[in-house]
Amino acid sequence: MLELKNITKRFGAQTVLDDLDVTIEDQKTLAIVGPSGAGKTTLLRIIAGLTPADSGTMVYNGAPTTAAALRKQGVIGVVFQGFELFPNLTVLKNITLAPTLQGVSAAAAERHAERLLAQLDLIAQADAYPYSLSGGQKQRVAIARALALDPQVLLYDEPTSALDPNLRQSVAELIDSVKQQGMTQVVVTHDMEFAKMVADATLTVAKQGSESNEA
Amino acid sequence: MSYINSIMPALLAGVKMTLGVFFLTLIGAIPLGMLVSVGLIQRGKNLFAQAGKALLEAYIWIFRGTPLLLQLIFVFYGLPLIGIVFDRFSAVIFTFVLNYAAYFAEIYRGGFGAVEEGQFEAATVLNMTRWQTLRYVVIPQVLKIVLPSMGNEVINLVKDSSLVYVIGLGDLLRAGEVATSRDVTLVPLVLVAILYLIMTLLLTLAQRRVEKAFSYYK
Repeated sequence: MLELKNITKRFGAQTVLDDLDVTIEDQKTLAIVGPSGAGKTTLLRIIAGLTPADSGTMVYNGAPTTAAALRKQGVIGVVFQGFELFPNLTVLKNITLAPTLQGVSAAAAERHAERLLAQLDLIAQADAYPYSLSGGQKQRVAIARALALDPQVLLYDEPTSALDPNLRQSVAELIDSVKQQGMTQVVVTHDMEFAKMVADATLTVAKQGSESNEA
Repeated sequence: MSYINSIMPALLAGVKMTLGVFFLTLIGAIPLGMLVSVGLIQRGKNLFAQAGKALLEAYIWIFRGTPLLLQLIFVFYGLPLIGIVFDRFSAVIFTFVLNYAAYFAEIYRGGFGAVEEGQFEAATVLNMTRWQTLRYVVIPQVLKIVLPSMGNEVINLVKDSSLVYVIGLGDLLRAGEVATSRDVTLVPLVLVAILYLIMTLLLTLAQRRVEKAFSYYK
């Protein structure tokens, strides 16, 4: 279980997140919803360690920790809104690059990647470059790339916004299938319908910091 | 025709010098410019990082801000005054590498700016180090982005190599000038122009091939 306590974040004079508590339960999917500009993505970036919070603490499985420590331990995986695949590398290399740099043998990394590609229906795209993929395929590669490092918690930033609206159902199924494998997930979305499809719990981030946490 | 045959050996010797300066400068300046550029884009907040960056910016200012001709004179005639002595050819390569690396560094810096911040962030959350991110993700993209601008600089380099005459080295243009004033005819300089055009044509073709080699992704 990952807990964030009393998270506050300001940009200049504007308080984006005000004394926010977040509880991320193991093997559940938490949806973070709210209007645009409410700080959903900022919250996700704080969890991922990409943006520092001004104040607040993190507790992972009962022990105090930091976003930087979680990253070093490989706890957190992130699927970006724009996917951010590496355009100069094939799909397979996108997935195997980080594991091999972290000491996994090339053969083992490839076996793992091929398993992920098979699960995500991407086998035919293994040697393709990202520019040639559809949006949905890019997203699945981004998920495979994050999963290749065996994270404990997978974060998604607006997983439906870069895709065709009628792919919403299939993204929900995809997130559900990752959950079935025991993954803890956090989904930032402005799409309430989508949040209802995927979430076990929902955190609503309102503008200017007022929030409610409901199961 | 026999006149042309008689001056060609001197001109070709000049071509050899021009090409020598050209290739050695590229071999030195392409990687050095990248190192400088990586130094320029670092965002270290400590004093050491800040001082290093200021030093690199001063270096670029000096080498882009003064004529290459002047730099050659200072390196060959000036540095011996403080005990640093180069032979003529080494002085040329030293100066050209520093000069071109300054321009390349600025071109690369533009390339780094064109790589989306999200690429750095994606690498960060994959727990890649700064160096790994640059080496495997960012620099390959930068090299592709800068190819057209680099082509310009590379062609300039062929022509800039004619400046070596100022410290007494004989390149292609020098050889042509010698023959022109000796024989009172423009024919050698016409040949010089043709030889430069052939070299830049070959470089243009080479540039297209390199760009094609990099077009396997978008």
